[in-house]
Amino acid sequence: MMGKTIALVGNPNSGKTTLFNHLTGSTQRVGNWPGVTVEQKAGTLLHDGKTQVIDLPGIYSLSPYTIEEIVTRDYLTLDAPDLIINIVDASNLERNLYLTTQLMELHLPIVVVLNMMDIVEKRGDQLDVAGLSRAFGLPFVTISALKESGLEELFKAIAEPISVAEPITYSIVVESILDTIEEILAPLVPKKLRCYYSIKLFERDRQTAGKLAIPEEGQAVMEGLLSRYEKELDDDSEAILINERYKFVTKITRQVLVKNSEKASFSVVIDHIVTNRWLGLPIFVLIMYAVYYFAITTVGTWGTDWVNDVLFGSIVPEAVQTFFDSIDIHPAVSSLVVDGAIGGVGAVLGFLPQMAALFLCLTLLEDSGYMARVAFVMDRVFRGFGLSGKSFIPLLIGSGCSVPGIQASRTIENLQDRRMTILTTSFIPCGAKLPVIALIANAIFGGASWVALSMYLLGIATVIFSGVLLRKTAIFSGEASPFVMELPMYHWPQWKSIFRAVGARCLAFVKNAGTVIFLSSSFIWFLSSFNWQLRMTVESDQSILAKIGSAVAIFFAPLGFGSWQATVATIQGLIAKENVVGTFGVLMNTTGSEAEVAAAFSTLFNPVSAVAFLVFNMICMPCFAAVGAMRTEFGSAKWTLFGVLYQTTLAYVLAFIINQLGSVIVLGAPFGAGASIAAAATAILVFLVVRPAPKKASPMWGSLAKPMVK
Amino acid sequence: MTNVRDLPIGVSAIVNKITGQGATRRRLMDMGITKGTAIYVRKVAPLGDPIQVMVRGYELSIRKKDAEMIEVTFGEGK
Repeated sequence: MMGKTIALVGNPNSGKTTLFNHLTGSTQRVGNWPGVTVEQKAGTLLHDGKTQVIDLPGIYSLSPYTIEEIVTRDYLTLDAPDLIINIVDASNLERNLYLTTQLMELHLPIVVVLNMMDIVEKRGDQLDVAGLSRAFGLPFVTISALKESGLEELFKAIAEPISVAEPITYSIVVESILDTIEEILAPLVPKKLRCYYSIKLFERDRQTAGKLAIPEEGQAVMEGLLSRYEKELDDDSEAILINERYKFVTKITRQVLVKNSEKASFSVVIDHIVTNRWLGLPIFVLIMYAVYYFAITTVGTWGTDWVNDVLFGSIVPEAVQTFFDSIDIHPAVSSLVVDGAIGGVGAVLGFLPQMAALFLCLTLLEDSGYMARVAFVMDRVFRGFGLSGKSFIPLLIGSGCSVPGIQASRTIENLQDRRMTILTTSFIPCGAKLPVIALIANAIFGGASWVALSMYLLGIATVIFSGVLLRKTAIFSGEASPFVMELPMYHWPQWKSIFRAVGARCLAFVKNAGTVIFLSSSFIWFLSSFNWQLRMTVESDQSILAKIGSAVAIFFAPLGFGSWQATVATIQGLIAKENVVGTFGVLMNTTGSEAEVAAAFSTLFNPVSAVAFLVFNMICMPCFAAVGAMRTEFGSAKWTLFGVLYQTTLAYVLAFIINQLGSVIVLGAPFGAGASIAAAATAILVFLVVRPAPKKASPMWGSLAKPMVK
Repeated sequence: MTNVRDLPIGVSAIVNKITGQGATRRRLMDMGITKGTAIYVRKVAPLGDPIQVMVRGYELSIRKKDAEMIEVTFGEGK
């Protein structure tokens, strides 16, 4: 027999994840909801080893306006779990219980878990839990998720049979309208869900109405009742219900909660300094600098360098090579393993120390409550070009390495903002792109410092450009997400849960990105090591990669770098951007010292095509590791493909414009067909940015969420 | 009658109505900004927007544009 299923529902910041970890131990699986990229966590109950526990996204309401809310309510109504555990932050009672009133409409058994009672006690407030339980008609259990107390009582409560929750009683008029709607729904909706559906229709919830084929006369009756009542109260039906729910909650909290004096909380005092009008920005800069310094400049890079240069640079390959030599294995096999496989695995694992260091910082910021303040402080800067205030962190980290940068986008709740950030993070030049910039700057421009500076400016400009442009396309259109954000109370980080979170993130990266990086690195290794006769080749210009490079070089000719060497270097850059430099060294038969590469380099490029080459390599799809991270964070192969295509197309168009128009302006070439097309392309880009936003289409998640409906 | 955007910092008022429509309005109400609730303007972000308010005993950040949707009056809350 199948075990029971328990769904964990609660507000964001209510301690849901901590409770989930306590309930399931380390058995959790992380995935995405079908069709949408909202994280889904499932595990088995530690207590009996067979009950499924589903951690639903943190939500404030069962409204149809955010994807998290739709996922939650679709799951609760369509998959009907056996029990809801509703976790409630006792220190923020009214808003948390407001969600409870909506859960009570779902015709499911509910156990309410009161978390953070220690904060209530510390404030000197008194909460009558038994009274609360009586008023709601639900079992209430008090726990401290952080201190792991009260869990035994919770397990006991779960094990007992619990009756289905009864919805709250609305005012007489509302109840009578709901009764009429239920009658209309009788032939369409099973009895259990009729209450929920009638309430949603009362709210004029279009997402729900769209799923039901309500006869026209029924619709007319409902509309008549609702609009008459709305006119009477001078409010709309949605607001009427919300008001009644909150009134119910407020009435009960006044009865059960005795507040101590209204003294300013510790959090407000901290915020007085941390988000202070004058100190807020300097403190923000300081904290960001500390994160960057720890994760990128020092600890993270030491670890990554050690893994790359020592562990996978010499220890592992040398050991394996010695082993292969001792058993006299075929050189092709040993090269496949040592250069291909170990190189590929090393490339993945090399990111781990940096990523762990970064995630430690991010989880600390998140856990302590500062992350919400980052959005508070930076919102104004970023929202103008379609990003979130929290996009700052991915972009900052991205200047060190795109992989953790893209992963840092995880802290952005809003789906559209997160996708936009994932898409644009790699435009900021990462550490591995610096050698490429240095190569061009030295070889062509005599080491001019404006080259690097302009690449950073280009990166920032491309982020802004993409944000503005994509927001006006169908893909990113739809209703702007409301920025109504809770500023949770500060609290001390819980090391146990922090390390658990960091570990889970690292593991997810190794699993997901590992396959992408490993397969693609092995493939490129194969192409560069073999010729068409499938023999291992030592001459790099004989390899399959070189031949392919010569064939597709024509594709890059309009950009001004149609030599096969430049093409192969660009392809090698997909493994790691710094490979571009090394590849030029190998392909041009120099010993690889920077001066010699630079000298040979200048024969391939003129100043304009060199800039075009640089721009293309900065903006086009990032290295495979970053693509792997995009895949993990998008949670969708389709989106990853879109992202890579967008980046590469944009890079191509920009490099094309630079080369064609640059040749005319700087090199005095005649204004020919290429320049005309480039001028037209520029005009189109400008148009795409300045055009007014098209009329708001239905948000994309509307269509994506549909597979959930059975 | 005024709206939350125009309230000076450190001032408390009673919510009268949420104007506008759609996701933002619903979110404001879901967060507990409903008719008769007291709302207190805590501060403005360093760059001048958004603002921080306190409602139902917790802190909330709202953009000024959205704060315009919250009509308030001065007087006793319910």
